Amino acid sequence: MDYSQFLYMHEELSLLAVIVVLFLADLFMCPDKKSGRGVFNTPLPAVLLAVHTALNFLPCCSAAPAEAFGGMYQYTPMMTVMKTVLNLGTLVTFLMAHKWLSREENLVKQGEFYQLLLFTLLGMYLMISSGHFLMFFIGLELASVPMTALVAFDKKRSQSAEAGAKYILLALFSSALLLYGISLIYGVTGTLYFNEIGVLIDGSLLSIFGLLLFITGMGFKISLVPFHLWTADTYQGAPTSVTAYLSVISKGAAAFVLMTVFMKAFAQCDLMYAWNTALYWLIVASITVANLFAIRQDNIKRFMAFSAISQAGYLVLAVMDGTAQGMSALVFYLLVYMVSNLGAFAVMTSVEEGSGKVNISDYNGLYRTNPKLAFLMTLCLFSLAGIPPFAGFFSKFFVFMAAFNAGYPLLVFIALANTVISLYYYLLIVKAMYITPSDNPIPTFRSDVYTRLALLLCIAGVIVCGLGGVFYNYIDTLSYGL
Amino acid sequence: MPPEASTPHRDQGTPHRGTGTRQRANEISNSITMDYTIFILLLPFLSFLLLGVFGKWFSHKAAGLIGTAVLLAVAAMSYYTAYEYFFMTPRTAEGALPALMPYNYTWLPFFVQGLSFDMGILLDPISVMMLIVISTVSLMVHIYSFGYMHGERGFQRYYAFLSLFTMSMLGLVVATNIFQMYMFWELVGVSSYLLIGFYYTSPAAIAASKKAFIVTRFADMFFLVGILIYGYYCHSFGFDFNQAGFALGASMLPVALFLMFIGGAGKSAMFPLHIWLPDAMEGPTPVSALIHAATMVVAGVFQIARLFPLWIAYAPSTLHIVAWVGAFTAFYAAAVACCQSDIKRVLAFSTISQIAFMMVSLGVCTEYTTGHEHVGSLGYMASMFHLFTHAMFKALLFLGAGCIIHAVHSNEMSAMGGLRKYMPITNITFFIACLAISGIPPFSGFFSKDEILTAAFAYSPAMGWVMTAIAAMTAFYMFRLYYGIFWGTENKELHAKHTPHEAPLTMTFPLMFLAVVTCVAGFIPFGHFVSADSRIYDIHLDPHVACTSIIIAVASIFLATYMYMGERQPKADALAEKFGRLHRWAYKRFYLDEVYQYVTHRIIFAHISKPIAWFDRHIVDGFFDFLAWGTNALSFRIRGLQSGSVQQYAFVFLLGTLILLAVMAFA
Repeated sequence: MDYSQFLYMHEELSLLAVIVVLFLADLFMCPDKKSGRGVFNTPLPAVLLAVHTALNFLPCCSAAPAEAFGGMYQYTPMMTVMKTVLNLGTLVTFLMAHKWLSREENLVKQGEFYQLLLFTLLGMYLMISSGHFLMFFIGLELASVPMTALVAFDKKRSQSAEAGAKYILLALFSSALLLYGISLIYGVTGTLYFNEIGVLIDGSLLSIFGLLLFITGMGFKISLVPFHLWTADTYQGAPTSVTAYLSVISKGAAAFVLMTVFMKAFAQCDLMYAWNTALYWLIVASITVANLFAIRQDNIKRFMAFSAISQAGYLVLAVMDGTAQGMSALVFYLLVYMVSNLGAFAVMTSVEEGSGKVNISDYNGLYRTNPKLAFLMTLCLFSLAGIPPFAGFFSKFFVFMAAFNAGYPLLVFIALANTVISLYYYLLIVKAMYITPSDNPIPTFRSDVYTRLALLLCIAGVIVCGLGGVFYNYIDTLSYGL
Repeated sequence: MPPEASTPHRDQGTPHRGTGTRQRANEISNSITMDYTIFILLLPFLSFLLLGVFGKWFSHKAAGLIGTAVLLAVAAMSYYTAYEYFFMTPRTAEGALPALMPYNYTWLPFFVQGLSFDMGILLDPISVMMLIVISTVSLMVHIYSFGYMHGERGFQRYYAFLSLFTMSMLGLVVATNIFQMYMFWELVGVSSYLLIGFYYTSPAAIAASKKAFIVTRFADMFFLVGILIYGYYCHSFGFDFNQAGFALGASMLPVALFLMFIGGAGKSAMFPLHIWLPDAMEGPTPVSALIHAATMVVAGVFQIARLFPLWIAYAPSTLHIVAWVGAFTAFYAAAVACCQSDIKRVLAFSTISQIAFMMVSLGVCTEYTTGHEHVGSLGYMASMFHLFTHAMFKALLFLGAGCIIHAVHSNEMSAMGGLRKYMPITNITFFIACLAISGIPPFSGFFSKDEILTAAFAYSPAMGWVMTAIAAMTAFYMFRLYYGIFWGTENKELHAKHTPHEAPLTMTFPLMFLAVVTCVAGFIPFGHFVSADSRIYDIHLDPHVACTSIIIAVASIFLATYMYMGERQPKADALAEKFGRLHRWAYKRFYLDEVYQYVTHRIIFAHISKPIAWFDRHIVDGFFDFLAWGTNALSFRIRGLQSGSVQQYAFVFLLGTLILLAVMAFA
C-alpha cells in the first residue's frame, strides 16, 4: 500500500492531531480536577484550531483535485474552502462558549466539549471528502452521535436531556431511512462509489425511491420541512453555543454534501428532474412554513430555530442549479449565513450568560442598557434578512441568481416574497430592542473578552463580505469540478 | 476666426469611430505600476472613520491637525502621481498619454456577458488633472478652516465630513467605470448634504441641505437610468470605448448620454436645476469654496469630458443642445449675479455662470480631430483648462469672502464697503481673483476663457458673441462686488462698533497661495497635458478673439468703476430706479424658486401625490395588511403541528417522505 496517499488526507489528520493534543492536555494539564481550576481554557483549543485552519487553507489554491484509497476519499480545492468555512465557524463557537464553559458545573468537563465538537467536525470532513456511500455514512454518524452528547451537555437540566433524546431518536430514524435508500441504490447499480453510480444508475422507480430516502436523510440534517420538527425543541433545549453550532456548521456541511453527491451520483437526466422537483417543494415548504412559525415565537432560541429552517430553504435554492455557479453561491451563502447567525448567537449567549434571559420580550429596551450589543445584533439581523449594504443581501442575490439561471423564476419569486415576511420577524427583535419600552430591561453588563472577539470576527465578516465580491470571486475561481 | 467654423454636424445615424487612439490600460501598464495611488483614496477614508467614530476623543486642534496632515499627504501623492504620469510615463506611438489602471477588480459580477461592477483607479490626463485640483483646493480649505471654524461646536465632525467629501470626490474622478463613478457621485452628494447642513440648528441651513439633496437626487435618477440604458445596450459600464458593443447600442446612446447629462446638470447647477446652489451657501464658507465652487459642482463637466469620445462619435447634435443649455445658464446666472446683495450669492451665481462656460466649451466641439489641427475638439481642452483655473480663482474668491464675513459678521454688502483699509491681504488677493475671472491678462482666467471663446467662435459666430457678452457681464458684476466690498459706501456705524480686522495667518496663507497660483496658472502649457486625444497640443492665442475680449472686459471694468467706486453711487441707484421691475426680477432670481414652489406644492403635491398617497394607504397597504393578517392567522392555526411529541414528529417525517415519493414518481 502506498502510504503517501495519507497526505491527501492532511486536513483530517491535522484535525485528529488537534484532538489528540487536546485530549492529552485534558489529562495532564489539569492540576486540580475536582474544582476544574487551572484547566486549560478557551485559548488552547482556539489557537490550535486557528493554526490548523491556516495551515490547511493557505496551500489550497495551488492544490489539484485528487483521490486516494481507490476513490474512497476525494479531494478538490473547493472542499478545503468548505472545510475552512466550517473551521472558522467552530472557532467562533469556541470563543462564544467561553463564559458558559467557565461556569462552576462545566469547568470540569470543558475538555469534553472541545473534543466532542471537534469529532463532529471530523465527521463532517469525512462526509465532505467521501467518494463512497459507506465513507459518507461513517462521516455522517461520526458527526451526529457526538452531537447528541453535546445537545445533552447540560444533562442535569431536563430540557437539555430532553433535547438530546429527541435528537438521537429522530437522527436514528433518519439514518435508518438513509441506509435503506443507500441499499436500494446499491441494488440498482451494484456499486457504492459516487462516480460509478453516476454512470450506472437509471431513472427507474426504485432508484428514485433510493434517491428520495437519501434526500430525507440529508433533509433531516439540513432541517428542511417536513423533516424539521426536531429542530425547535432541540435548539431550545441545547446549550446556546451548541445550538449555534447545530444551526450553522452541521447544516452547512450537510447542504454542501447534498450538492456534491447530487452532482456526482445523481446527475442522470431523469433523476435530476426528480430531485429538482423534490427540492422545489421542500424549499417552498421550508421557507414558508418556517416563516409562519417564526412569527409566533417568544423564546429567542426557538425563534432562531425557525429562522434557521427558513435560511436552510434559501441555502438549498443554490443546489437547484447543479453547476459551478450554484456551488459558489452555496458556499458564499453559507459563509455569510455563518457570520450573521453566529453573530446573533454570540449576542444571545452573552445576554443569556449576563442575565439568564432567553425571551424576545426580555430584550425590550436592550438598547438603553446595552447599546453596543443591541447595535451588533441589529447588524446581524439585517444581514440575515438581506438588507443591502450587509453581506446577507449579496449572498441572497447570488443564490437567487443561481436558481433563476436554473430555470425556476416562480421559485425565486416565492423566496423573494418570503424574505419580506422574514424581514418582518427579524425586525420584531430590532423593535423590541430599540423601541418597545420596558420597566425592567436587562441590566447593563460587560461581556467577556472571548465573546467580544467572536462578535468582532462575525461583524467584520458581515461587513467585509458585504463589500467584497472579492470573496465570491475567490470562491468562484475554485468551484470548478465542484 | 478659424475656417472650421462651418464644419457640418455629423449625423447621429453614422457612428464615427474616432476613438482608436485612446490607448487603454492593458497594453502599457506593465512599465509603470503606480501602486501607491490607492492611498490617495484610503487615507482620507481612514481619517473620516477616525474622526467620525472617535472624534470625541480628540481635541479640536488634534482633529484639525489629523485632517490637514492627511490631506497634505494626499496632495503630495497627487503631485507625485501627476509628475510621474505626465513626465515619466512613456507616450504611445501616436504621442498620446496612455490611460493607466493601477487597480481594477470586479466587485460584483453580473451573470451577463461583459457586465460587472468594477472598482479601481484609472489614471488618464483629466483624472490626474482633477487629482491636483481637488487635493490642492481641499488642502487649502483644510488649512483655512483651522482659523475659520475656530471654536465652533462639532469641529471634529466638520473635519470628518471634509475627509469624506475629499475621498468621494477623488474616487469619482479616478473611477474606472460609470458605475463606480455613480457610487462616488452619490457619496459626494451625501457629503455635500452633510456639510451644507453643518449648522443643523439653523432652519435655513436645514432647508438648504434638503433642497440641495432633493434636487441633485432628482437629477441623479436620470443619470442612473442613463447608466442602465448604456449598460443594457452597449454591454459595458467601462470607459473603454473601443468595443463592438457601442456600435450595437449606437441608436440608444444619444438618449443614454442625454439622461446622464441631466444628472450632470443637477450636480453642476445648470438651468433649470441650478436652484439648490445659491441656497447651499448656508453652509460654512470654506465648504462653499471646496464643494460649491471648485470641485463637486464641476462633476457634471467632468462627466461629459469622461464620456467625450462617445458624445462626439454618437451624439454630436445632442452635445450641441448641451452647449445651448450652457449658454442660456451662463447668461441667466450672470444677469442674476448683477443684482444680488449677498456676497456669497453673487459668487454662487458667478460659479453657475462659469461652469456653464465649461459646458458650452464642451458642447461646441464638433469632431474628434487629432494632433495640432484639432480645432474641432479644442473646446475639450479649453473646458478642462477653465475648470482648472476656475477652481483656483473661485476658491480664492470664496475664501476671501469667508475672511470678509469673518470680519464683519454678515453676508450683506450693506455691512461692508471701504474694507480695503482694514484687510489689505484679502483686498489684494480678491482683486487678483476678480481680474482673473474677468479675463484680464496675465491672470489665469484670461487664457482659459480665451480658448473657450475661440472654440465658441469656431462653432458659430452667434455662440461666440453671446459668450463674449456674458464674459463682459462677468467682469461687470465681479467689479461691482469688489467695489461694493472694499470701496464704495462704508458702513461706518457698524465698523465703529466692531472694527473689522485682517484674518489670522491660517486664513490668509491659503489666499496668498491661491493668488500666486492664479497669477501663474495661465502660463502652464495646458494643452501638453490635457487634450481630447491625449496628444500634445500647443495653445495659440487667437489675436482677434483675445483683443475683443480684453477690450470688452476692460470696458466693463471701467463701467463698474464709474458706477460703484465712489462714496455715493447715484448712477447705479438711478439705473436700478429706472429699470425697477427688471432689477427686482433679477434680484428675486426671476422668481424661479417661487415657480418651483408653485409647481411642486400646488400641482404635483396636490394633484398627483395626493391620489397616489391615497392609493398607497388604502389599496397597497390594505393588501399588505391583509397579507400580514392572513399570515398571522395561518401561523396561529398550524401551531399544533409543533406538539413536542417525538412519535408525531416521526409520523410527519414519514408522511412527508411518502408524499414526496408520490410527487417525484408521478411528476
